[in-house]
Amino acid sequence: MATATGHDSRRSFQRVNEIIETHGRDPVHLISILQEVQNEYRYLPQEILNYIATAMNISPSRVFGVATFYENFSLEPKGKYVIRICDGTACHVKNSTGLLNMLTRKLGLKEGQRTTGDLLFTLETVSCLGACGLAPVMVINEEVHGKVTPEKAEQIIDEIIKKERSQND
Amino acid sequence: MKTLKINGREVAFSDEKNLLEVIRKAGIQLPTFCYHSELSTYGACRMCLVEDKKGNLIAACCTPPREGMEIKTHTLRLLKQRKMTLELLLAAHDRECTTCYKNSDCKLRKLAHDMGIEEIRFGRKEKRLPVDDSSPAIIRNPNKCILCGDCVRMCEEVQGIGVIGFAYRGARATVTPAFNKKLSEVDCVDCGQCSSVCPTGAIVVKPHIEKVWQALNDDSKVVIAQIAPAVRVAFGEAFGLKAGESTEYLIVSALKAMGFDKVFDTCLAADLTVMEEVREFMERLDRGENLPLFTSCCPAWVKFVEFNYPSFLDNLSTCRSPQQMFGSFIKNYYAGEVGLSRDNVFVVSIMPCTAKKAEAAREEFAVDGNPDVDAVLTTQELIRMVREAGIVFEELKEESFDMPFGFATGGGIIFGATGGVTEAVVRMLDGGHKRFKEVRGNEGLKEAAVLKDGREIKVAVVHGLKNARELLEMIKQGKAKYDLVEVMACPGGCVGGAGQPVPADAGIREKRAKGLYILDNRMQLGRADENPMVRMLYEKWLGSPGSEVSHKYLHTHYRSRRRIEGTDIKFGGQQGKVNVKICIGTSCYLKGSYDIFKAVDRKIKERNLEDKVSLEATFCLENCTSSPAVEVNGNIVENADAERIERLIDQLL
Ligand code: SF4
Ligand code: SF4
Ligand code: FES
Repeated sequence: MATATGHDSRRSFQRVNEIIETHGRDPVHLISILQEVQNEYRYLPQEILNYIATAMNISPSRVFGVATFYENFSLEPKGKYVIRICDGTACHVKNSTGLLNMLTRKLGLKEGQRTTGDLLFTLETVSCLGACGLAPVMVINEEVHGKVTPEKAEQIIDEIIKKERSQND
Repeated sequence: MKTLKINGREVAFSDEKNLLEVIRKAGIQLPTFCYHSELSTYGACRMCLVEDKKGNLIAACCTPPREGMEIKTHTLRLLKQRKMTLELLLAAHDRECTTCYKNSDCKLRKLAHDMGIEEIRFGRKEKRLPVDDSSPAIIRNPNKCILCGDCVRMCEEVQGIGVIGFAYRGARATVTPAFNKKLSEVDCVDCGQCSSVCPTGAIVVKPHIEKVWQALNDDSKVVIAQIAPAVRVAFGEAFGLKAGESTEYLIVSALKAMGFDKVFDTCLAADLTVMEEVREFMERLDRGENLPLFTSCCPAWVKFVEFNYPSFLDNLSTCRSPQQMFGSFIKNYYAGEVGLSRDNVFVVSIMPCTAKKAEAAREEFAVDGNPDVDAVLTTQELIRMVREAGIVFEELKEESFDMPFGFATGGGIIFGATGGVTEAVVRMLDGGHKRFKEVRGNEGLKEAAVLKDGREIKVAVVHGLKNARELLEMIKQGKAKYDLVEVMACPGGCVGGAGQPVPADAGIREKRAKGLYILDNRMQLGRADENPMVRMLYEKWLGSPGSEVSHKYLHTHYRSRRRIEGTDIKFGGQQGKVNVKICIGTSCYLKGSYDIFKAVDRKIKERNLEDKVSLEATFCLENCTSSPAVEVNGNIVENADAERIERLIDQLL
């Protein structure tokens, strides 16, 4: 996987340069550039943000401001699987909190921690995903799971872990 | 003439840029937090709301005045609204007013009082953010920030740097340096201008008052003060005098009353600076080297070059600033003359400036850990100490400076205003007492030419670092050519320094500058070389300008600085036989360091050198004078290109 300091980092760094090249250095493109860079790294590493500021000739504080303003950007590394639990009213009523507690325990996340140490999972809550009919809703990357009980969720997670293990062997 | 109605009264207006200015002209001070006439309009604090005829609430700061408008400024609705806004701000604010440094100047506290806020109905913000006191010049306390953005716009629009910015949103919104770093880890130049516009105690100047009281109460110390030119024309503002009225003899008297042993004048050190700088300038002109010469009396400007324009470091005059020249001749010469060791002398400089605090702390200016200047008080701190000492300003009797270093010429005095250094230098080149009006005044960039021995010398004067940046870009691109460039970081020069009383808008700065020119007119001696005490220093100690002794004690050197700490990019690979670090800081980036990166990366891949060669991208190898810079196994390769680095790698393998 790509982190700023990890394995494929040189390739990713080149990708960053290509992204800047394609959009051009006008600060109006900053958001699009950040989006694509985030796709590359799955988050926005600080040193890359600083590099973008240099390349675009704007202050790092401004890039930091934009990167922290939008919820979609993350400055922390995210896991390969991003689990999002809807905490909108409908889901809340259908015990999304229980689901969340179970997952936190299952993934061994401490207070304030959102991503597992092995960078496999990130657990987040979102406000209403607009699928209230399916409450409670859990989304893993792009895949939507409706009417999820804690048992069902646990099953899904176990399957992912199994799949990852077998791939690594 | 166009008119509009304010509270039913007809008011004329012409080219005021917004309603707020018209209202102020009509004698009504609408409260504002986010409006500064010299910054862009932000319109976020909602304090300046007024009500129009139709009952709409509009922000006066972002509404242009229109013929026939009818507005009210204090309807019941507005009064209620403003109170509410203020209460909300106060709820989120750390309200430790009694112990707040900004207390007497705080706009928030003052407005809360003026508007009769008696209770705050909203809950307090729980979370406390860490206070950043890492900077030698300023302290940031985000818990007192009301998010008006004045500091952000000041740093970006006037200083052209953008050290601090808004981050996060909603309840978590803050103003912070990039990546929540500390000020000491980023490219802040200590100018303090952010603190002078901050309406609250969220950014304040780092005080040295305690250190000074300690020294004054220490019998083993001889405490010597120096007073910078700009201080004398602003100090009185705190005691009801007009901006520009000179108060140097009252300051001397106040300092003596507090127990200072000697009070000298920094203007004399300014004369000394002129002597050294003119000599240096003539040498460079003769050799055609390192031109234009950049003045070096402003430490914020010096740091700005170190951070952002390392390729111009050789253009900076090597002269220390007047503050540091003063500290140096007191500790390295005077102390010995009067039979003291440098440890027993405590030098306090009284400055209009916050960057001088950082300058005094530079390690080049200390001998075995003992600094040439021990403490720097801003004009505001001096005012505070005078009050603390219970000195009644009105009762002060004028007292003159001590000798031998209390004697200055007009050339040294005008150092405090933009253009002053240039004018003092021109007087030396010219040999007379020329009043060089072309370089006076508030214009962002002033240009002029003088003739010296049949040669035309082109000078430029800028103030505000944004203006300096623009000028440097022009010079870089070959669009402008000068021999001498004067830069002062603060708007208006030192008279507008961040250590001066607030407010310090263009009008006030102009009055202070005028005060200095009046003093200059009063002086019999107008040129540095006429100063008998400066002559004495050369005769007894230094020899001549530019001598070896001068170089040792009055000159200095500079270094490039990283703009931001902790942002290097490591690209895996074990530290191998060959370790390559490529600088991607601004200078090197612009000169194509990324191409070198690509080439080395390709080589590593094509030849499978992963375990032998490690690659890293770093923000500044601090060698930007000859960028692009690449470090190979600890050695810096200057003016690198891809081929050279590849060859080097081959050799090492
Ligand atoms: S002190 Fe000057 S450079 Fe530093 S943050 Fe404030 S305005 Fe910017
Ligand atoms: S630090 Fe001061 S000037 Fe800056 S946004 Fe906060 S209150 Fe305004
Ligand atoms: S002064 Fe107008 S909104 Fe702040």
